Amino acid sequence: MNAADLASSYDLVVIGGGPAGLAAAALAARAGVQTVLFDENPGVGGQIYRAIGASPVKDRAILGEDYWAGTALAEEARASGARIVTGATVWSLDPERVVGVSVAGAARLIEARRVIVATGAQERPFPIPGWTLPGVMTAGAAQTALKAQGLLPAGRTVLAGTGPLLWLLAAQILRGGGGIEALLDTTPRRNLVRAALHLPDFVLSPYFSKGLALLREVKARVPVYRVAHIEALGGDRLREVAFDGGRLPSDLLLLHQGVVPNVNLAMAAGAEHVWNDRQLCFQPVLDESFESSIPGIAIAGDGAGIAGGTAAAERGRLAAIAAVRALRPEARLPDPQAVRQRLQREEMGRAFLDWFNRPAESFRRPEGDTLVCRCEEVTAADVRRMADIGCEGPNQMKAFLRCGMGPCQGRLCGLTVTELIAEQRRSTPAEVGYYRLRPPVKPITLAELASLPISDAERKAVER
Amino acid sequence: MKVKTADVVVIGGGLHGCSTALHLALRGLKPILVEKDYAGRHASGVNAGGVRQLARHIAEIPLSIASMALWEQVEELVGDDCGFSSHGTVLVAESETELAGFRTRVDDLRLKGFTHEELIDRAELKRLVPAVSDHCPGGVVSRRDGAADPFRTTQAFRRRAVEKGAVVIEGVTVTDVRRDGTVWRVETTDGPIEAPKVVNAAGAWADRIAAKLGEPVPLEVIAPMLMVTSRVPAFIDPVVILRGRKLSFKQLANGTVVIGGGHLAQPHRDQNRTVLDWAKLAASARTVWELFPVMRATTIVRGWAGIEARMPDDIPVVGPSSTSEGIFHQFGFSAHGFQLGPATGAVIAELVATGRTNTPIDGLGIERFQRQAERQS
Repeated sequence: MNAADLASSYDLVVIGGGPAGLAAAALAARAGVQTVLFDENPGVGGQIYRAIGASPVKDRAILGEDYWAGTALAEEARASGARIVTGATVWSLDPERVVGVSVAGAARLIEARRVIVATGAQERPFPIPGWTLPGVMTAGAAQTALKAQGLLPAGRTVLAGTGPLLWLLAAQILRGGGGIEALLDTTPRRNLVRAALHLPDFVLSPYFSKGLALLREVKARVPVYRVAHIEALGGDRLREVAFDGGRLPSDLLLLHQGVVPNVNLAMAAGAEHVWNDRQLCFQPVLDESFESSIPGIAIAGDGAGIAGGTAAAERGRLAAIAAVRALRPEARLPDPQAVRQRLQREEMGRAFLDWFNRPAESFRRPEGDTLVCRCEEVTAADVRRMADIGCEGPNQMKAFLRCGMGPCQGRLCGLTVTELIAEQRRSTPAEVGYYRLRPPVKPITLAELASLPISDAERKAVER
Repeated sequence: MKVKTADVVVIGGGLHGCSTALHLALRGLKPILVEKDYAGRHASGVNAGGVRQLARHIAEIPLSIASMALWEQVEELVGDDCGFSSHGTVLVAESETELAGFRTRVDDLRLKGFTHEELIDRAELKRLVPAVSDHCPGGVVSRRDGAADPFRTTQAFRRRAVEKGAVVIEGVTVTDVRRDGTVWRVETTDGPIEAPKVVNAAGAWADRIAAKLGEPVPLEVIAPMLMVTSRVPAFIDPVVILRGRKLSFKQLANGTVVIGGGHLAQPHRDQNRTVLDWAKLAASARTVWELFPVMRATTIVRGWAGIEARMPDDIPVVGPSSTSEGIFHQFGFSAHGFQLGPATGAVIAELVATGRTNTPIDGLGIERFQRQAERQS
């Protein structure tokens, strides 16, 4: 597939091939809408179904049945007639629904009548002392290596953090024959107080029994310590993990404290976002069909606010139903009410999970020399000091410290910087706001950009 | 509501407004500066940072030369070096025909007594800009030119203005300006301010102030686009600009390269928002691709645009109002106002305080648009 093979316009562009994108593309294409789906990875599946259909992990018990459920979604999308383009990096989306995409080193601008952004979630930044040492990575990255390459951690492995994905990864490593020295649970005990209100819903949700089984499975084979402080130690690479109450020699530390919407593309497009105080992240303002503040651009999946993979697919379907209605009113569609009911069922246990796994303040708002912005090497102390002398928001902070101005475009520091400024200035994250994000949301080379087809106006200017 | 009073109200917290507020305060006056967002939020904070006398319209050359003298001692003026460094600006000719045109311009400037532009041949061009493509036969250099950090500069002027006694009010919008007896009453979203003098330095919003004073101007809201790359090893010192194709090109001390040149985004001034035009940025990328082959594999990290004002003749409006005594205009810098900031503030402060200035600003008055309107009617 080359960029040159793409049409200059599509009725529907779906960005991201995780559950939301796959379900949306399948539904729309089956309803007769000309649909293209872009995904930057070599295959579809997103993070949750990463490498589905191509994973070298053949023993289904290792990744678990929830992973293999992705097969049906991928098959459905492939059979639907939607054009699925993998290895396609979307680097820009504007309010007129012009999509900038690169495929195999060449860029194109594609016009879309409707866009569904399904760029999913990313792991919340987990800034602890030493988190930039070789040998420290995120649990999500380790899970990607397991799903896509069948790689298990080697050496002495420590997992640390909070949230369902951490426990799932622990179980998957154990089932695959890997070893884990310890799991450092950073969940504050007092979370249970707030979460307990939502316990009845949670008990009725599908998460409940799965969650308990996972905890039992891991705790039976791995020592679990409740901790409030973690430090990665070692000069050239990770040698030791220190925590309140102990030290462990370690070669690999896998960090995770939940996931948050990946907002970069939607924000750069200009979609309005608000602070979600329960999930401690920014999320787009959406209507019941997941349409954003920009006409014709919907945001489905975890990018709309964290709800998990199964909910993401239902959200994708709802966004697709709205898109099809606008593009091809005569098309036959599933009943959105039925989809909504399924979505509600999926979302049922979410409040409990959010409150129960709420990351501790000390792990969201670091102190001292702990790096906040890895690209530009800006420390927590730098950010706090600037906030103290009058820097009111992340955008001024960019100008003073260059934090958020590196190639990751603030993905690894944005929430930390917002929360630090809010704490330091006794304000709120909602008030402080987030980085103004700018395209390209993924770096592209000058040569790629130069490869965009020359416009008629420019050709005339040169020929004149 | 309590009425604030001042000697001068400055509308707009870009570099120009902050510079004027500073120079007014240095003259012992009490200015209040009103800014609808925060100082440096728009073009002043996010422009390419070029400090350039090169290739300017003849009407603004005296201001530009006066400004250069202030840039060279900016640290004494504002207590911050503003990231200013001086490695010259080079205007690169891409053909012999273009070079011949540059020669005529440089000769003409000499006749008028301006010597800052200097014609250079292929060898000197290669010496100054070794990475430039071999198809370029020469160019023009202005050796004292340089570059500075725009947001830091604007903030430094703002900070020094406050230290010297100016009051800066941010997040407050001016809603009306009208005569009230002997003073001007400036209505804002935070209550009225009264002052005998008002400076309109409202950038892309300045036409609205001028219109309230009965002197409408044909201001165009523009948003010149810029891109920045990831860090690359140092390979170029001067700022490079082109004439035939749109390009300005400079490498910052941190290794990143800023690529601009005047391709325009779609501005939405009422929403503080711009929409980038990637087809035009691709044209910039192609120009760099040809001019600096060494750049081809470099990654573009971010693109952006700052909202500002352009006048039809591409030169600013600087000087007293033609309809209203006590009002002074300072806007419309047409994508090249950053270098002019320090001296224009000094000149406007001089005009406000004394009613006259020795720096020639003929040709920059607002009345040129009224004459134009009369001719057309």
